[in-house]
Amino acid sequence: MFPASFDYHKPGSIEEALELLTTLGADVKLLAGGHSLVPALKLRLTQPKHLIDLAGIAALKTVAVRENRLVLGAMTTHWQVESSPVVKAALPYLCEVAGLIADPQVRNRGTIGGSLVNADPAADYPASILALDAEMVCVGRGGRRIVHARDWFQGLLTAAIEEHEILSEIRIPLLPPRTAATYLKLRHPASRFAVVGVAAIVTVTQDQRCAEVRIGITGVGSCAKRAGSVEQQLVGHRLDATRIEAASAAACDGLEIDGDMHFSAEDKEQLCRTYVRRALLRTMHLAESGAFQPTRNAP
Amino acid sequence: MKRTISVTVNGKVRRESVEPRLLLVHFLRDVLRLTGTHVGCDTSQCGACTVSMNGLAVKSCTILAVQADGAEITTIEGLARDGALHPIQAAFREHHGLQCGFCTPGMIMAAKQLLERYPAPTIEQIRDQLDGNICRCTGYHGIIKAIEAAARAMAEKGQAPTTGS
Ligand code: FES
Ligand code: FES
Repeated sequence: MFPASFDYHKPGSIEEALELLTTLGADVKLLAGGHSLVPALKLRLTQPKHLIDLAGIAALKTVAVRENRLVLGAMTTHWQVESSPVVKAALPYLCEVAGLIADPQVRNRGTIGGSLVNADPAADYPASILALDAEMVCVGRGGRRIVHARDWFQGLLTAAIEEHEILSEIRIPLLPPRTAATYLKLRHPASRFAVVGVAAIVTVTQDQRCAEVRIGITGVGSCAKRAGSVEQQLVGHRLDATRIEAASAAACDGLEIDGDMHFSAEDKEQLCRTYVRRALLRTMHLAESGAFQPTRNAP
Repeated sequence: MKRTISVTVNGKVRRESVEPRLLLVHFLRDVLRLTGTHVGCDTSQCGACTVSMNGLAVKSCTILAVQADGAEITTIEGLARDGALHPIQAAFREHHGLQCGFCTPGMIMAAKQLLERYPAPTIEQIRDQLDGNICRCTGYHGIIKAIEAAARAMAEKGQAPTTGS
């Protein structure tokens, strides 16, 4: 399969990329790792006149901890997240998530920014981005804008980025003390996409009550969502198996789940409830055994 | 508009003028005539097209040749040294790691990265790291045996797994 013809541009800075983005007209696509876009070009699902390759922009490749946040440049590859000593020290949970994406070759190329802008309904990162309450920094010629995770995923393949903007970095707040985290995924046996993926992040008090919980779900709906009704039933309580089971019954609230060629809507709903329950059980198991994520510095 | 790219392939600098839509795998196979890299699925699934790009295993059917401008590429043709097979190649031959051989170049390039990252891999690590490669013949057991044997052979010789790149 061959993509249709296009012109290729490789700017060396964000400014230069923004300039191209505004002057080349409407028929432009930004190229990050290319592991969603190149297949789409080959299938001619998209036929842009211009591609702007972001690979030459060093500013999009930051991996650092700043002001109690893990800062990931949009062009950070999944393998870089999986293997980075910085990420491992600050938020090892995210290394695990990155290591579950696709396969090693794809992880060498695919980027976190590309994944978040593409907003594939079965991508892995979105569940964690929601559960971690991350912020996306979008730059345009008029300056920069910060979008919170809860506003980012707007629908099928739709993220809250404007036409002439570039996602430059993702900022992930480091976690408070006594916080455990799990990402549990049912991998599609062929594609390795998430049939359902659940990110559960729970902060517990000394007596093992749930002080704070955020649950992100990917795979089953048109885009990733927080499981708000489940979260509400957990805060303030001791999370034993009974409470978790009861709360997980609400896992599909607010998710519009449709069947597809592999699974009926009912099957997906059942999987969604099951994976939310199991992710919470595993997180509580981690919390009880003291396997917490590293803690942010005291303010 | 065509662009001139310069790519170091198996140690040799190649300068060519290419259309931006040309895929890396076609650049290797059709422009440079290095046909050891195969196209299986053409949809980023099978790994037959795996090559090493700046030391990382990548699926060359999912990369534009222009994205490889300035890169160092190693293909299956670049592994043997002075007529001697790379230890991974030798182990595949010895341990029945192939039948028809179609997936083999990609398997070996994936195995090369696997052994660089995990020089003494467990069977689970081997299986996990070969997730991006599909073989339609062998049932994988021979491949896994071959990679275990290659790991041992390379450790015995004290040979850095990067040999040949
Ligand atoms: S041909 Fe590239 S992954 Fe199958
Ligand atoms: S040996 Fe035939 S496809 Fe693997």
